[in-house]
Amino acid sequence: MQRRHVVQYGAAGVGAVALMLGVGWWRVDGPGAPKPAGQRPLPLSAMDFRLTDHEGNEVGPETLIGRPTMVFFGFTYCPDVCPTTLSDISGWLEDLGDEAARMNVVFITVDPERDTVEAMAEYVGYFHPAIRGWTGPANQVARAAEGFRASYERVPTEGGDYTMNHTASVFLFDAKGELVTMIDYHEPREFAVPKIRRALTEVVEGAT
Amino acid sequence: MTKRSYINGLPLVLLLSGMSTPAFAGSEDVVVENAWSRASIGVNRPGAAYMTVRNTGEDTVTLTGLTTPLAVMPQIHETKTNADGVSSMAPADEITIEPGQSVALEPGGLHAMLMKLQNPMIEGETFPLTLTFSDGGEVTVEVPILGIAARGPES
Repeated sequence: MQRRHVVQYGAAGVGAVALMLGVGWWRVDGPGAPKPAGQRPLPLSAMDFRLTDHEGNEVGPETLIGRPTMVFFGFTYCPDVCPTTLSDISGWLEDLGDEAARMNVVFITVDPERDTVEAMAEYVGYFHPAIRGWTGPANQVARAAEGFRASYERVPTEGGDYTMNHTASVFLFDAKGELVTMIDYHEPREFAVPKIRRALTEVVEGAT
Repeated sequence: MTKRSYINGLPLVLLLSGMSTPAFAGSEDVVVENAWSRASIGVNRPGAAYMTVRNTGEDTVTLTGLTTPLAVMPQIHETKTNADGVSSMAPADEITIEPGQSVALEPGGLHAMLMKLQNPMIEGETFPLTLTFSDGGEVTVEVPILGIAARGPES
């Protein structure tokens, strides 16, 4: 009698632990995981695309390897998200001071039809001087987005124009081109700047 | 969109106009604070303006639309970012503000989207923006134009 109770309690206990482990897995690694809803971006070394920067230079993922890198997608006809991201990034770079000069900071357009090299040059000129603007043929922009696992979509607006839905996260890579982390859209500076510092310090560790 | 908002707001207007003596039921108690916008590059790109809309009165107010001589198509839009980090922007539904409450139009959320600019938005200048409410009232605010890289009303 007594023994059977113990067995029953034991079984219930094991069940409860299993349930907790299950819930834990679901939340952390399983389908309930909050962040990696999409896939992780590829390492820069595994990407393949050819674009042009705002000064007319041919660029690609290999251009970025060797220095820590911050990449984000947007478009210059974007009234809210993109100027906010660009001014957030400008603020982070100001906080980093001289260290910012050791990074690549790249804004890749998802709207190459309107964002010509000239349009990108004019636009990035209003933000932190470290920010480079990349554009190019639509198929190359698509390949870049695929590498970063970023998505974008053209959406018509009422006035006959269009806007773009797009991934607004900022991708951070170390100097070897491995993803360090991502910064969410409009993430507060006190969280964003330490993440960037992490990408910067992983260079030092990588070098030793 | 605007048309539908007015139709939706109509029963409320009729209800309130029967109950209260002043010409407008609520919108005269709306205060707009900390309005700001970013300069534009030319007129081809849409602009955006931000502000806090505070209802200091005792009636619920509903913001239904915008007008400004600066843009042919000013609309309240809302940016949403989903779990995958994808941001999208769409016209917002009408915005109801309870007595004593306020609604913030701020980067990454609600904003006054200024489509088809008539003139470039030049840093240092201001432009008038009129908020229209379901009770027929209007509130006009002079919006300062800050730099393209401005982050808030004070920068």
